[in-house]
Amino acid sequence: MTRKIYVPADSCAIALGADKVAASLELQLGPEFNVIRNGSRGLFWLEPLIEVESEQGRIAYGPVLPDNIDEAFVNAVKSAGKHPLCLGLTEEIPELKCQQRLSFARLGITDPLNIDDYIAHGGFEGLHTALTLSAQEIVDEVQTSGLRGRGGAAFPTGIKWQTVLTTEASQKHIVCNADEGDSGTFADRLMMEGDPFCLIEGMIIAGLAVGADKGFIYLRSEYPRAATQLQQAIDIAEANHFLGNNIAGSDKCFRLELRIGAEAYICGEETSLLRSLEGKRGMVSAKPPIPAISGLMGQPTIVNNVITLASVPFILAKGAEHYQSFGLGRSRGTLAFQLAGNIKRGGLYEFAFGMSLRELVFDIAGGCRHGDAHAIQIGGPLGAYLPESLWDTELDYEAFATIEAGIGHGGIVLFNQDVNLAQQARFAMEFCAAESCGKCTPCRIGSTRGTEVMDRIIARQSTDQNLELLDDLCDTMELGSLCAMGGMTVIPVRSAKQHFPEDFHSGAQSRD
Amino acid sequence: MSDDQLKHALAELAMAHRDQLGGLMPLLHAVQKQYGYIPEICAATVAPVFRLSTAEVDGVISFYHQFKSRPQGKHRVQICRAEACQANGCRSLEQFSKDHLQLDYGESSDDGLISLDSVYCLGLCSHGPAVRVDDELYVQVDNEKMTRIIRELTS
Repeated sequence: MTRKIYVPADSCAIALGADKVAASLELQLGPEFNVIRNGSRGLFWLEPLIEVESEQGRIAYGPVLPDNIDEAFVNAVKSAGKHPLCLGLTEEIPELKCQQRLSFARLGITDPLNIDDYIAHGGFEGLHTALTLSAQEIVDEVQTSGLRGRGGAAFPTGIKWQTVLTTEASQKHIVCNADEGDSGTFADRLMMEGDPFCLIEGMIIAGLAVGADKGFIYLRSEYPRAATQLQQAIDIAEANHFLGNNIAGSDKCFRLELRIGAEAYICGEETSLLRSLEGKRGMVSAKPPIPAISGLMGQPTIVNNVITLASVPFILAKGAEHYQSFGLGRSRGTLAFQLAGNIKRGGLYEFAFGMSLRELVFDIAGGCRHGDAHAIQIGGPLGAYLPESLWDTELDYEAFATIEAGIGHGGIVLFNQDVNLAQQARFAMEFCAAESCGKCTPCRIGSTRGTEVMDRIIARQSTDQNLELLDDLCDTMELGSLCAMGGMTVIPVRSAKQHFPEDFHSGAQSRD
Repeated sequence: MSDDQLKHALAELAMAHRDQLGGLMPLLHAVQKQYGYIPEICAATVAPVFRLSTAEVDGVISFYHQFKSRPQGKHRVQICRAEACQANGCRSLEQFSKDHLQLDYGESSDDGLISLDSVYCLGLCSHGPAVRVDDELYVQVDNEKMTRIIRELTS
């Protein structure tokens, strides 16, 4: 009997040499070993993380770089034995063991493109449950679970689905927003590369819930590997009758198509995304009408983020009550936090809501890799920069709203003392100027003027007047912009100015 | 290839996407893949197929950073300049790379080998600075690693 050895085929692992490691192991281990290319466990500081089957469970080694593969290593792997790179049982790695992996239950455990492996690990259980329920019953389950949009806006998913279900139309659509453009986020990428069938299953269930037989995944072109994984997964699901006509032996049908964006951050905004899917410029449109009533081609459309949709199979399989039992207040279930930037143990951390930011970033992820932690940006490029005095804030949507910040998609970027927050504020404006769709003036012109104002502040020219001008401009952008691009660009700017005034004022020493 | 041949080829590509919902985007990807950029006559040629005006198609091409109106280098080097990579020093890597290649973002080398572009996030945010060369990804790129990457492209 052959023994299995796992070498992740995830983008980050590959960038660190996983393909070379896999090829080299295959060559040296011989035919009694079967090298499986699994997804990443999300413990990026240990990538490439190699695992070997043993009687106790999977034994992990990492980080295993191509240069580490010598005779001693190969012998250790063969016997699942001792080696300086051995980490013991994977499941016992403290940063993994402490997590609550619900949506990411299979991440790194399965071969992402092996549908039998997916089924053996609980795949399609949610779909089978859904096929026994009425459309309204599926929507009720999602409502009860308390699931909110994981793309950043945190809108209750059940309410969105109910609107699409209730709106009468001859054609409805399910659109997955896989335009994960926020810096510091990679949970969508991990899901699409590491467990693509889970997203597909979530989309099929969404289709059953609202009576839509057609779905699109709008994926950003910056994720080339996710594109090939998803397309293969769609083809495999079709060949196994989970997509197409008579899905899973039922009388229901659902077709799914992958579409690729073309490097435009704004297409992560749902109305912009829908225009792009229609083959147009990704211009934002005013709401109402909301996409749930008039979306793709003017038809009722669910637009949900990757993790939102991929959370649905678990909810249907294990029950809404079970999912709801995680988290607190109005933040139910788990969130896939992504630890990024200058961080010692960066990666994916799925936890129930409620832990403090400090606990997660420092106690679990180890704080900065180099230097001392100085600022944390949470929620992507439109998220706030937080100083140490706010790091004890509890990680839930409501607690973050009270400090004028947001958890967003769960991306957390750590900076050390080298960061200059005035430069970061300038970058927020510059980014907005580069990525604005241009439809509304506050965003299009405001961001350009904002970059200029920040340049003057950084050059210490008439600081007081320019800071006043900046406040005024931020108010205009916040209140006058059509969507979150212009409206929320002010969040990093204001938070940088409020919490790190020393970087903005003429009295202080410039640190750049 | 003559203009007529090019027009014919573009029209044929367009026909393949005509009946697809929102087929213009997949078509433009196909054109760029085939020619390395979107030739100037593309808009006027494919517009009637999609029942659009030339201006509308031009509008779509110019909206997206990825669609290029000029021939590009054989290899596309993209440096991530988003916040997580900034936290790991991408600002200095950007400057070094521009100086080393003597190119600014959006420019191509005279020998037609390399185009330099920025990118906002490759999803490798715990291991920045991240760089993409065509479909290859690189992490923890410092000046030395960048020099090596460029040397491999030019040798």
